[in-house]
Amino acid sequence: MQPEQLKYNPSHEWVGVTESGGEKIAVIGITDFALEQLTDLVYMALPKVGTKVTAGTEFGEVESVKAVSPLYSPVDGEVVEVHDGLADQLEQLAADPFGDGWMIKVKLADDAKLDGLLDYAAYKQQCANS
Amino acid sequence: MRNTQATQLLFELAKPGRRANMLPPSDVPTTPTEKLYPSGALRHEPLELPELSEGDVARHFTNLSSLNMSVDTHFYPLGSCTMKYNPKRNERLANLPGIVDLHPLQPDESAQGMLELLYELQSYFAEISGLPAVSLQPAAGAHGELTALMAAAAYFRDLGQTRTKVLIPDSAHGTNPASASMVGFQSITIRSRADGSVDMDDLRSKVDEQTAVFMITNPSTLGLFEKQIDQIAERIHSVGGLIYLDGANMNAILGIARPGDFGADMMHYNPHKTFSGPHGGGGPGAGPICVRDFLEPYLPVPRVTKVGEAYRMDADYPKAIGRVHGFHGNIGVLVRTYCYIRAYGGKGLRNVSEQAVLNANYMLARIRPLLPVPLGERCMHEFVASASKLKKERGITAMDIAKRLLDYGFHAPTVYFPLTVPEAMMMEPTETESKETLDAFVDALEQILSEDADTLHAAPTSTPISRPDEVRAARKPVMRWTATP
Amino acid sequence: MAYLFNTSEDISAMLATIGAASIDELFAPIPSHLRLTKPLAIPAALSELELTRRMGELAGRNTGVEQAVCFLGGGAYDHFIPAVVDSLASRGEFYTSYTPYQPEVSQGNLQVMFEYETLICQLTGMDVSNASLYDGATAMIEAVLLAMASSPNRSRVVVPDSLHPHYRQVLETYLQWTQFELQTVACPDGVLPGDAWSAALDDSVGCVVLSQPNFFGIVEDLAPAARAAREAGAVVVGVCDMISLGLLASPAQWGADIVVGEGQVLGNPLQYGGPYLGILACRENFVRRIPGRIAGQTEDRQGHRCWVLTLQTREQHIRRDKATSNICTNQGLFALRAAIYLALQGPQGLRETAEHCSWKTDYLRQSLQGHERFTVRFEGSAWRELVVQDRAGDVAGVLEHCRQQGVLAGLALGRWYPELDDCWLVAVTEKRTRDELDQLINRLNAVPQSSDLAHA
Repeated sequence: MQPEQLKYNPSHEWVGVTESGGEKIAVIGITDFALEQLTDLVYMALPKVGTKVTAGTEFGEVESVKAVSPLYSPVDGEVVEVHDGLADQLEQLAADPFGDGWMIKVKLADDAKLDGLLDYAAYKQQCANS
Repeated sequence: MRNTQATQLLFELAKPGRRANMLPPSDVPTTPTEKLYPSGALRHEPLELPELSEGDVARHFTNLSSLNMSVDTHFYPLGSCTMKYNPKRNERLANLPGIVDLHPLQPDESAQGMLELLYELQSYFAEISGLPAVSLQPAAGAHGELTALMAAAAYFRDLGQTRTKVLIPDSAHGTNPASASMVGFQSITIRSRADGSVDMDDLRSKVDEQTAVFMITNPSTLGLFEKQIDQIAERIHSVGGLIYLDGANMNAILGIARPGDFGADMMHYNPHKTFSGPHGGGGPGAGPICVRDFLEPYLPVPRVTKVGEAYRMDADYPKAIGRVHGFHGNIGVLVRTYCYIRAYGGKGLRNVSEQAVLNANYMLARIRPLLPVPLGERCMHEFVASASKLKKERGITAMDIAKRLLDYGFHAPTVYFPLTVPEAMMMEPTETESKETLDAFVDALEQILSEDADTLHAAPTSTPISRPDEVRAARKPVMRWTATP
Repeated sequence: MAYLFNTSEDISAMLATIGAASIDELFAPIPSHLRLTKPLAIPAALSELELTRRMGELAGRNTGVEQAVCFLGGGAYDHFIPAVVDSLASRGEFYTSYTPYQPEVSQGNLQVMFEYETLICQLTGMDVSNASLYDGATAMIEAVLLAMASSPNRSRVVVPDSLHPHYRQVLETYLQWTQFELQTVACPDGVLPGDAWSAALDDSVGCVVLSQPNFFGIVEDLAPAARAAREAGAVVVGVCDMISLGLLASPAQWGADIVVGEGQVLGNPLQYGGPYLGILACRENFVRRIPGRIAGQTEDRQGHRCWVLTLQTREQHIRRDKATSNICTNQGLFALRAAIYLALQGPQGLRETAEHCSWKTDYLRQSLQGHERFTVRFEGSAWRELVVQDRAGDVAGVLEHCRQQGVLAGLALGRWYPELDDCWLVAVTEKRTRDELDQLINRLNAVPQSSDLAHA
């Protein structure tokens, strides 16, 4: 996915929306900036397919050697796909956070929530200020 | 001259058929165990343990010990851990027959000397804390926190009050919030101000009728005495809440100020720190607690009491929270504590804190020109320097300095704690170090700061290993040896 | 003063560097109204010689197990400790060091932790062991909390009353602040009641605790009980005696998911109840939530094998209120002793020690056969511990009589089991000789018929 076309949580999760069979599907991952801050990841926990997520609440977590960071969902909906094997290939996540590093796909319950998220420019600005 | 052969893993040194420990031949009939137990309960496969001779074992562990830094061998200014000298006499006395070989459930009549020791120790703990009721049972500081929070919860339950919140400053040890969670409380973080003190506005906005306990470490993990402690206590008490004092830093105030006098309702000691433990490579500790009289009924059982001239282990307290340990707590550590307190006496204990604070301030005065110490011109028993500026200017981190200190023959300070100071280096010299040692440490630090960044990034180079790959250890954890890797 | 360095010259020089007029000035940050204005009321300092006298005097008023003949058990046992254990563990490089925060100068401790973890896995058949907890009872609590955290939507913890009463008391203490409910299944025959056990299990049970041997010393085939619990979807916590594992099936074999135990038996002195050693090991799937420190293997920059603390994100210093447990210190020194002990014992030594306990316990059982006053209470196969019944119902009198004759004959059970108030628990380790066992029988034979009998 192109970072410019994505929406962002202030807590560094990105979301891109695709359509599939008339359903709106949100693809969710974390940004390159977050990965750099976290340093080398050693572990990741993602939810199971079927889990309900809501915007602003935790759907999983990533760990480095000395820190734990919760992953916050940017959207409401139900998890329809989880990136299999990503947890065992954390290098893949670091190499391509906006593509091969996607984490979960969520069937959107309410796409109005997307409007409350940051766009690319605003997110970049936030990172520059931190 | 490292002996790489003897420091292989036990499992690699082993050879089938070697034996060390042998029992005498049985002096009673040796009924086959198949006849004594149900077959399903017996082991049918051979037990997989290494086979070694006594000499193998002795040389292996002796060589392993030489790979450690320790208080006996090195200056160990690990902040917050109070790595003071561990008196040899305490080891001998705690291992006396009649002390080390007492069974926890033997009749009180056969353990009067031990019970007297523990009873006296309770009175010393009460005197030093200014809080009259004592439980010796908790096995570590974190266990003491948990036990006292349970006692507080039982007290509120008894009053018919439901309180859900425990307030904790952001500079606190992680055990504080973790203990609160285990008793079902919600942890609320209270901000610190730039000078390290509790932000009273933040505190006021978060205190309400739901506040059960305010947990405070005083002196704080920044090595500063919280001057507002009596106002904090007044605020918490005004809504019916309690003050818990994390006694991790008692080494600064023995005989100088008492938690019970400055507002605390409950506290724990860390005898492995304040009263010379020792630390044992990570434990055992002990975590005796002291509380105000109105909390006494809730302390865990059994407790040491005196009836007439006789001492007893008494479990008859109907409001007690119950038992928190298999037996009476870490008695071996408490015996050493008793010896330590008796060796100093009341006046001597005050002198311990005076010398600890003098040593820390001396180190602070000498280090401040070398490294910024963001909070405070003066400190109590420890202080927190920051490598933040060095990191920005030269790419040198607190970790680099810590590692290079090892090359100079000093244990590193605590780094990256407390979380409120970036690139934190927390230094606690303790009272059992000489001026010469403190000078040598600061001289080494000065030397290190004049070295180029690459040297520091490469450090340590003179230790048994160089920096280990922790990412690899955590990604694909190998937590036991196996015959075929 | 006892352990201080600074001379008055040092003090003056240091104060000058600090820029303070006196030590008292350094305490200025403590508001004067909060300070103690009188000396601590603690007796004056004792020299080493005086302290040694004082401790000798206190010790002299205790009767340790080296002076009496000890048949006390109930969770702490008088096993033999080889000299090597004391000698190596009393090296200052071990006991005056701390948690290996700097792995480069802590490889000794870290390697010992790794070896200890491996030895415990070998003994229990589990995949992972931590580097120790406080003691057996608190290790069991941590195991139960771990099991319940892994069993969402389940609220009950089921234990038999043949589990150590103190362990059950600690469980009650901890669980009263959680939403979990403790259910205790009675074992009137000293063993698990098959039907009542199964009846207690349903899909609300998150965790069961089984112990081998149980508090009465009885060894059971626990596989069926563990199977029933697992079929109900509960996690099985096994409380095991580590010496018995020289002889008995590993808890992995009979179906435990998490194994805990009191490591005092592995080369650690009785010291009136602690410090002991909390052992906790588990199957791989619990590893991300296991409490306590863990050493793991890795490589340094030169590619040398070495060890570090690992999976630290589970712990309180990182996860704070969301941590698996609040535990911080462990019992490193006692894990070291256990590792040395197990290395000395080896498979053969541990098996023989366990066998000696069996034979001696059985000898006591045989000696009591046909006795007119005393009898063995339960049918089951006992290991190292035996419940003896006094038909005359004067357990206190029996124990006191023996004590006065230099024999600590065991633990009265009435305090924990009112229905067993005519019984006591006798422990027989490999240290007890045939002579001492005969001495116990002789003492019992000589117990006067109780005056209590008159009003019994």
